[in-house]
Amino acid sequence: MAGGIKKFVVGCFDDEAVLFPAVKKVRRAGYKIHDVYTPFPVHGLDHAMGLRETSIHTAGFIYGIAGTTTALTTISWIFTKDWPLNIGGKPHFALPAWIPITFELTVLFAAVGMVLTFCYLCQLSPFIKKHHFHLRATDDLFVMAIECTDKTNDAEVQAFLQNAGAKEINVQHAETGWWIGRYDREQKLYRD
Amino acid sequence: MSLLKYESQIREPLVDGNKDYHQVTEDIIRPIEMKPTRLWYIGFYISVALLLFGVYSIYREVTYGIGQWNLTKTIGWGWDITNFVWWVGIGHAGTLISAILLLFRQGWRTGVNRAAEAMTIFAVMCAGQFPIWHMGRVWMAFFVLPYPNSRGPLWVNFNSPLLWDVFAISTYFTVSLLFWYSGLLPDLATVRDRAKTKLRKLLYGVASFGWTGSTKHWQRHESLSLVLAGLSTPLVLSVHTIVSFDFATSIVPGWHTTIFPPYFVAGAIFSGFAMVQTLMIILRKVFMLEDYITLGHIEAMNKVIVLTGSIVGIAYITELFIAWYGQNPYEWYAFKENRANLFSPYGWSYWLMMFCNVVSPQMFWFKKLRRNIAFTFFMSIIVNIGMWYERFVIIVTSTYRDYLPSSWSTYYSPSIYEIGFYLGTFGLFFTCFFLFAKYFPVIAVAEIKSILKTTGESYKHKMTEIEKADSEKFYIEEVEHAH
Repeated sequence: MAGGIKKFVVGCFDDEAVLFPAVKKVRRAGYKIHDVYTPFPVHGLDHAMGLRETSIHTAGFIYGIAGTTTALTTISWIFTKDWPLNIGGKPHFALPAWIPITFELTVLFAAVGMVLTFCYLCQLSPFIKKHHFHLRATDDLFVMAIECTDKTNDAEVQAFLQNAGAKEINVQHAETGWWIGRYDREQKLYRD
Repeated sequence: MSLLKYESQIREPLVDGNKDYHQVTEDIIRPIEMKPTRLWYIGFYISVALLLFGVYSIYREVTYGIGQWNLTKTIGWGWDITNFVWWVGIGHAGTLISAILLLFRQGWRTGVNRAAEAMTIFAVMCAGQFPIWHMGRVWMAFFVLPYPNSRGPLWVNFNSPLLWDVFAISTYFTVSLLFWYSGLLPDLATVRDRAKTKLRKLLYGVASFGWTGSTKHWQRHESLSLVLAGLSTPLVLSVHTIVSFDFATSIVPGWHTTIFPPYFVAGAIFSGFAMVQTLMIILRKVFMLEDYITLGHIEAMNKVIVLTGSIVGIAYITELFIAWYGQNPYEWYAFKENRANLFSPYGWSYWLMMFCNVVSPQMFWFKKLRRNIAFTFFMSIIVNIGMWYERFVIIVTSTYRDYLPSSWSTYYSPSIYEIGFYLGTFGLFFTCFFLFAKYFPVIAVAEIKSILKTTGESYKHKMTEIEKADSEKFYIEEVEHAH
């Protein structure tokens, strides 16, 4: 899904201790950080960037409850209504014996649901391709992409990033969304 | 003020050597990008040969029936379910490392979690084979699934521990796979972005799902991992609890005990850690990962082994005591005559189990032995033999003499196809593991990077400087001032 082509000033940092103050400076200066790409989860960076807390765990809770309900309603319907089995004259509604399966389905629904939600929210799937601002963002660089508008003076932004400690700075035109593609093929979605 | 919290110098570093982020990537990803060594090929071909023998054994069993195994009138489970419980148990250590140690914030898990989780998945795959092929008419295997069918609909028995097992094992496999693969995504992206060949770019591009490393994605990824760990922790306890219910809910002497769930879970973690040791000691050597899987890691795992081994020992003794104290003649006979009597047909297996699981891990109270690689490797094999015998003792010694002496089996020894099936699962396990070690990062690269600057050897020196500056400041401001 194309999100449109935009212009970015990209600054690469090689130390998270430099990145944090840089993020704060850039935000204070009023520039819009499109995203910061890091090789590992840098704790506190989401707060520094002013990102909202994720509510994926709430989704997980709801999926879990759905699993519990599915198990209990299905089993009780089968064993009390659809085909009541006489097992040694014991009650048809044998709740304690259903706890293991109920628990397993709770976990299964929560886990599968959460992973699918995670993939949906982050647009992760085989054959999905996105623009990568720097290949070393998955290796050892912390890559900050600043979105430019018509009014942005990108030379000024570049100087700003230089000042904030970026090791490598460039300007890129990039597609912001995702598209169907393969990583072994060059794919141009736009004409200059 | 530094943003990083360095760990104290007293703690052993988790990453040895002078590394930066790029070096970590290089060290762990390089084996994937090189041609496999001759040792890899030898190991792989042996595994495939074992796997093929297993396939042939299963072919015999399916074609001619369960009679291909030497099961007797009273020993209906024999090697088959012994192997099932053994493999499931092996799997538990992987989840313990990846989930429970994550919740306990144990930094050392990052060195071993990826390979241990892979081990879990392959072990559960192997375990699943046994109950499935034990069905005999395996083409009816789907009857265990509750779905509206044309047979009534006749449903499965939701009150049966055997059905709980179907749900437990399949849920465990699914959740472990999701947990493992969601953790792999960032590392596969690292391999993709380093790729030089077209094929590699294509395959790792597909496998990494288009991961970019965006901060928002990391934030969700962290939250996902934490919740999956929180779900896996009770899950892993439930799985072996339910496996133990297969025995404990019956009225067979020697099985009908309430101690089984905790005893099985401790045993599972015990055997699983032994298997992790076996694999890690080979892996760190073959892939030159000694800096990441350090002696400290091995020692930490040996501590878990001595703890869980002791829990298992207490469980054995409690079980024996209760059998005597309970004064049920059948229960006591099963323990006294079928197991503890060294001269009974299977007495040897009981004492072998006692020696391997209770006596031998006590050696790990000595620090020298905990940090001895050759000894640890030897012990890991001993423990796995011992834990296999535990399940063998439980199954065989309880069933070879039942309530009707005329049907007592004199002796049960497995047929070549029973053994072949077991060897076949070794083939499956190691074939998968060799492929995993060749094509996937065997250590969680991103996770190592996230702990590198707090616990890496070369960074810990900075802690000394900070501490020194702090204490000088304290002296100048507080101590001198007071005088």
